[in-house]
Amino acid sequence: MALNWFKYSSPQTFYPLAGRLIPVFAVLAAVLGAVGLYIGFFVAPTDFQQGEAYRIIFIHVPAAWMSMFIYLVMAAWAALGLILNTRLSSMMATALAPTGAVMTFLALWTGSLWGKPMWGTWWAWDARMTSELILLFLYIGFMALQASIDDPRRADKAGAILALVGAVNVPIIYFSVKWWNTLHQGASISVGRSPSMASTMLLGMLVMALAYWMYSIAATLMRVRSIILERERNAQWVRDLAGAPA
Amino acid sequence: MSWGSLDEFLAMGGYATYVWGSYIVSAVVLAMEVVLLKRRHRTLRAGAGRSSQQTDNLA
Repeated sequence: MALNWFKYSSPQTFYPLAGRLIPVFAVLAAVLGAVGLYIGFFVAPTDFQQGEAYRIIFIHVPAAWMSMFIYLVMAAWAALGLILNTRLSSMMATALAPTGAVMTFLALWTGSLWGKPMWGTWWAWDARMTSELILLFLYIGFMALQASIDDPRRADKAGAILALVGAVNVPIIYFSVKWWNTLHQGASISVGRSPSMASTMLLGMLVMALAYWMYSIAATLMRVRSIILERERNAQWVRDLAGAPA
Repeated sequence: MSWGSLDEFLAMGGYATYVWGSYIVSAVVLAMEVVLLKRRHRTLRAGAGRSSQQTDNLA
């Protein structure tokens, strides 16, 4: 293979690459978001049980999926950084955490606003909601821990341990609706079973999930570029950026 | 399409607070993240190359 993957594991080569990728993912996020919202509001029918309130699903499920997925990706990058001692892997983990926390917050917020009219309560201490709240605390804990350690390499290691230990929470969130009796409804779609919703509703939800995914990649790449500049600020190549177009 | 008019659309079948409360907050939070990310990067780029040695001595 002529392609050398390790070439891109250097912050110096990844910085401009990320800069070129950001517009691609940003445009994909915007286009998919516009299409998804159009389907969600103008194509998908009114739900026969929940009326129009169900339309929160188009942003609730994507945020919830991303909150769990980002955590797993973050833990994987952190583990890679821990094992291979590659700086960029750890920077990726650090860059993912705030976006993961944002997604978790949005999943909880939209869930609360959906729960009030449907269940009569903003919040319940049931397995799904409690484990999702723990996910938010894991993200915040990861960021706080890394911020409290001055040496970035030590911060990377400490964060990685926390991220890896916390990863057990993700399957707990995902399967909580199966393992316990929860107020939260079961999975909207799962492998080996036909989805329990109208196909246009499902389509809108999937397109929005893709939009959230592309958004998360764009936001993470933007953040990792800043992290690279911060950590490599004394490197000659960063100094040479002075005056060059951003 | 489920809507006869703009008012009907905005009313969301009586669930306006919940539906728009979800959408507006999500949009604002995501937009804010992008603004902060752009600002952070712009500040760092502006500082790049400017005697970074000095900040090290202060720390």
